[in-house]
Amino acid sequence: MELLSGADMLIRSLQDEGIEYIYGYPGGAALHIYDALFRQDKVKHILVRHEQAAVHMADGYARASGKAGTVLVTSGPGATNTITGIATAFMDSIPMVVLCGQVMSTLIGEDAFQETDMIGVSRPVVKHNISIRHPQEIPEAIRRAYYIASTGRPGPVVVDIPKDMCTPNERYEYVFPKKVKLRSYNPAIRGHAGQIKKAVEMMMAAKRPIIYAGGGVILGKASEQLTELAHKLGFPVTNTLMGIGGFPATDKQSLGWLGMHGSYESNMAMHHADLILAVGARFDDRVTNATEKFCPGARIVHIDIDPASISKTVDADVPIVGPVDSVLREMLALTAESETRPDQEALSAWWKQIDEWRAFHGMRYEKSEEYIKPQEVIEMLWRLTNGDAYVTSDVGQHQMFAAQYYKFDKPNRWINSGGLGTMGFGLPAAMGIKLNYPDSEVLCVTGEGSIQMNIQELSTCNQYNLPVKIINLNNQALGMVKQWQDMNYESRHSHSYMGSLPNFVKLAEAYGHVGIRIDKKEELEPKLKEALAMKDKLVFLDIYVDPFEHVYPMHIARGSMKDMWLSKTERV
Amino acid sequence: MRRIISVLLENEPGALSRVIGLFSQRNYNIETLTVAPTEDETLSRLTVTTSGSDRVIEQITKQLNKLIEVVKLVDLTEGAHIEREMMLVKLKATGSQRAEIKRTVEIFRGQIVDVTSTIYTVQLAGDSDKLDAFIQAVGASGVLEVVRSGVSGIARGEKVLSL
Repeated sequence: MELLSGADMLIRSLQDEGIEYIYGYPGGAALHIYDALFRQDKVKHILVRHEQAAVHMADGYARASGKAGTVLVTSGPGATNTITGIATAFMDSIPMVVLCGQVMSTLIGEDAFQETDMIGVSRPVVKHNISIRHPQEIPEAIRRAYYIASTGRPGPVVVDIPKDMCTPNERYEYVFPKKVKLRSYNPAIRGHAGQIKKAVEMMMAAKRPIIYAGGGVILGKASEQLTELAHKLGFPVTNTLMGIGGFPATDKQSLGWLGMHGSYESNMAMHHADLILAVGARFDDRVTNATEKFCPGARIVHIDIDPASISKTVDADVPIVGPVDSVLREMLALTAESETRPDQEALSAWWKQIDEWRAFHGMRYEKSEEYIKPQEVIEMLWRLTNGDAYVTSDVGQHQMFAAQYYKFDKPNRWINSGGLGTMGFGLPAAMGIKLNYPDSEVLCVTGEGSIQMNIQELSTCNQYNLPVKIINLNNQALGMVKQWQDMNYESRHSHSYMGSLPNFVKLAEAYGHVGIRIDKKEELEPKLKEALAMKDKLVFLDIYVDPFEHVYPMHIARGSMKDMWLSKTERV
Repeated sequence: MRRIISVLLENEPGALSRVIGLFSQRNYNIETLTVAPTEDETLSRLTVTTSGSDRVIEQITKQLNKLIEVVKLVDLTEGAHIEREMMLVKLKATGSQRAEIKRTVEIFRGQIVDVTSTIYTVQLAGDSDKLDAFIQAVGASGVLEVVRSGVSGIARGEKVLSL
């Protein structure tokens, strides 16, 4: 029989769970745990400079690998600093376990030093949270936390650990449970066969079908099945912002992504479709525009692991609750058996129409002699990295440009905070990926607003040698805010301008990295190449881009899918 | 439409706050809420009355089901059911009022459970409408204090909400 303290049991459980890296920051209530961490070398800890960044690092890793990330922080401010990161993961259904120190159980409720009710504070933004009430509960709690975080619709789980659960000389028998059984938690393991059959019949009868594929395809590891089904049926595919890479962007059946800043052809095709096959998507307001005007002629088949995502904002005609990979596999099997094939005549007329939309607009922007266009930076990055990099982004115009002009052919490569829209996400997310995939190119596309929200992590990059490439599309303004002010507030730029920008080149150098400023068009390509050639250096590229640029297409507010601005002057 | 949703919940600290939190977080309405352990000590039974469009009610049941500690739930208003609420009312009772109140209590099949020279405390059970009707019948001016338990409910016939 092996006797361990609570802190040692916690670390042992992480080992037994197969955790390699955890990201965190120590403090009083977590010191027993940090001591246990010190006395072993299997679980490696990355010390960040702010707890929010630890969560985004774990999140970036989780998005790239499909496995749960792990965070360790102390009580009080350590715990509350993780909230934005946890909410970010929650909105995008990212598997994650956040271990929080807590004051001694005997002090809880007494407003003790660094006490926060983390269970209460985190409750609205977690899939679940667990409070430890006896040291012996720790192995079971850890096992459960990872199980809940990474099954069904994934999400973050917080484990709150009072300091006296980890007292060094209080030892208990350590048993890591082999299985988790929860009577109240049973995620669907397959879709309803009758519903799947009905859906396939509708797909075969459709004249103007479209596949609308969301982040669930990536989380559910179903890109292969989706691609196979789309190819077999010859249907057009549009991805959501979260679903980018779930279907190859350079495939001729790809219409790009849809929604507020989606492609003209994908929004048009959605609006005019007679059948929408929604796969792991949630009809988010940034996709649908006004729901009462949403796709008036379409019948909707909706596959999702989470029943609450179905008919939440838009009613589904055929709801299918189940894991997307297994449902798509069953659909593939049915289409193979079925005598009927999609209506080829109708389908080729539909493609003709789609090609006309593509020809009419497609993804394009006005070139400039004077300015570096943010879009051309992204296009060049795509070319120079052979479309194979991991690209993280922050939030704003640069995020939309990166998503529009970097063509992702693989899942898990486009890493952004789609649901919560968290500025400051990009750099730490990139760090989490680079740490775990050191041989891959990892780009963080950001802006001078977002990067300053977690810029302190340049120090962490130095400590752990994380040579990511930071592409700062510097327009000297909070570009997306400014764009809305241009469009909706007669260009009254209320607080969207950032005066006193730091010298980013010197700043990068101060942290021990390489900084490169690019403000001339002709310098763009050579300097990007130079930066990418520095494999073992973090390079901060401060690129001065057109400060007046807007992101288009853009949905016209309260309109339908087909109502868009295509440039500052054209609307359809 | 008014609904009565009955929930079997793990009898654990924090479980109740998750249910209540869900309602406020998602802007759902709670009219009444009752909760107590069941004959199986590991489970609590919670009854909530709420109202909303069919879409909102569907979301409420789906979101409740997503909570890890929710074991099972049923929307009792979908089928035949019995609902009961218990009320204690403190009434001013002097002079001729005393006999009148006593008669009214009998009509409503309530009980007077505490008496002073000027006060009757009445216990009454029934569906919520019946309790409202009693208050109306005795007249709001004589009512000193009201405490209502909130609605509990159970399905009629063979249907059982259990593990």
